[in-house]
Amino acid sequence: MNTAIRTQGLRKVYNTAPPAAAGRGDASAADKRGRNSKSQPKPEIKALDGIDLEVAPGQIFGLLGPNGAGKSTTVGILTTRVRPTSGTAWIGEYDVWHDQTAAKRQIGVVAQRPNLDFALTAREILLFHGAYFGIGSQERSERANALLDRFKLTDRADQLVRGFSGGMMQRMSIARAMMHDPQVLFLDEPSVGLDPQTRLLLWEIIREYNQKGRTILLTTHNMEEADTLCEQLAIIDHGRIIAQGTPGELKASIPGGYLLRLRFGHHSAPLLERLGTLAGVTEVRAFGESGADLYAGRGGSLIPEVVNAAAALGVELSDVHISEPSLENLFLHHTGRSLRE
Amino acid sequence: MNWKTFLALLARDAHVARRNLVALLLQTFLQPLLFVFIFGRVMVGSGYLPAAYKSLLLPGIMAISMVFTGIWAVAMPLIAEFQFTREIEDRLLAPIDIAWVAIEKVVAGLIQGLVAGLTVIPLAWIILGRGLELHLTRPWLFLCITLLVAGFSACGGLALGCSVDQQHIGLMFSMVMTPMIFFGCTYYPWSALNKFPIMQKLVLINPLVYASEGLRATLAPQFEHLSLPWILVALTLFDVLLLVVGLRQFQRKAVS
Repeated sequence: MNTAIRTQGLRKVYNTAPPAAAGRGDASAADKRGRNSKSQPKPEIKALDGIDLEVAPGQIFGLLGPNGAGKSTTVGILTTRVRPTSGTAWIGEYDVWHDQTAAKRQIGVVAQRPNLDFALTAREILLFHGAYFGIGSQERSERANALLDRFKLTDRADQLVRGFSGGMMQRMSIARAMMHDPQVLFLDEPSVGLDPQTRLLLWEIIREYNQKGRTILLTTHNMEEADTLCEQLAIIDHGRIIAQGTPGELKASIPGGYLLRLRFGHHSAPLLERLGTLAGVTEVRAFGESGADLYAGRGGSLIPEVVNAAAALGVELSDVHISEPSLENLFLHHTGRSLRE
Repeated sequence: MNWKTFLALLARDAHVARRNLVALLLQTFLQPLLFVFIFGRVMVGSGYLPAAYKSLLLPGIMAISMVFTGIWAVAMPLIAEFQFTREIEDRLLAPIDIAWVAIEKVVAGLIQGLVAGLTVIPLAWIILGRGLELHLTRPWLFLCITLLVAGFSACGGLALGCSVDQQHIGLMFSMVMTPMIFFGCTYYPWSALNKFPIMQKLVLINPLVYASEGLRATLAPQFEHLSLPWILVALTLFDVLLLVVGLRQFQRKAVS
């Protein structure tokens, strides 16, 4: 298995309102067919417009984008829940649409909104889920106990999940998705609505699961999550991938993405001018009595030159703070709008 | 076909049914047994209806119980599970073709319909008391018709459950179920409509007519009834038609 997840030219056009969890899509791209003046042309919503993805086995891959960008639709297609209008998707060697049952054996899915079986208790949800995947009864109960414990749900294990809080339901959904130990785990906005503590627990569990050699695809619009968790990222907007790479690569692709906040003994116009001529520096802004903000294409490697330039003018560098280019800036750079819009 | 998964899905439905047993029993038997008591016992006992009416009523009551139970058992959970909480999602993601998830629902509904139908006979018998004339001369035919009736009820439940939204459940009952019962030849034989020829033809689109007439033909053949081959053909057609429509609606609901 060379790739865990692969898609080729994936397109999805909804001609009815897409399900809420599948995002809003790009309504502005509605097709104006109107062949027959009598029949109202159905409003077509282009949710995906040619998505090519390749995720290596054992990777944590992030799909980053604003609401309605097409993240959930991509996950929906990859998990057999959405029929692609055109294009193909594979989980391992299985074509997701034509070999659904085999593909479903490979995947675990955590939907954007908890979709637990409300007629069952937490433990029963795990046990029946295991049974659907043909796991023997003893192994089933061992795994269920271990997961309930890991997700700190043991004390509520025998209660109906109907009364669970949002965070507990979310933890329960993730536990269920891991119950049959799938090769590929899909997490659609897994940390939305979780408190910071639970979010950390979730990240820890995701990493742990990944260390067993499992592939994880998660969607998020949370920069921090994408940055700390994902090895590879694809930024998606209006149903297209607009950038792809490691978080570091992506951030390095923004010109002048680093911010160096410098403090000197004192500063002068010649110093600021001199700093502006250093290779890679795009902008210099003085702040306060003795500070300067340097926007540059590189970070740490610039420090010796800054020190030298200051020393040449008899000024001492007293403090440096380097902030890496953020994905937020990257998104802004590629789309001209903020992720949170 | 993955039997392990299929049986696990059935086990889940059985487990949920066991958990809701009391509600399920009340829902299945209360109304038909009240009907049996009022019409079969009170009305007959006070002389407003002839004694033979008891035997005519029982097959109809059995048909209502089965059809109601089958439709209810499949449609109600489906409507709930397909709404925005998408509770059914974990079963759609089980390693089995999603058509089998729908078929499992039909099998679960069919079993409940059968149990309802076969339990209502002895219960009604007890309530109706003496004077009940049932002649089970062709038990295999009776079983065959019972199966077909339970089948179309469950398939009908699938078709309805995948076509009706939660906010329209009330409408479904007043627009579909109520006319179906009253025009279903349940409280009267089809031949009683001889004086209403147009209505007599129109009610033939109602599958409950064949259920009542079929059960009447095999349990109380002394009453005039539709011909058995015709009943068998019609019930089989309704089974197939509702299953095909139900599966199509299910696929539409399940995959966007």
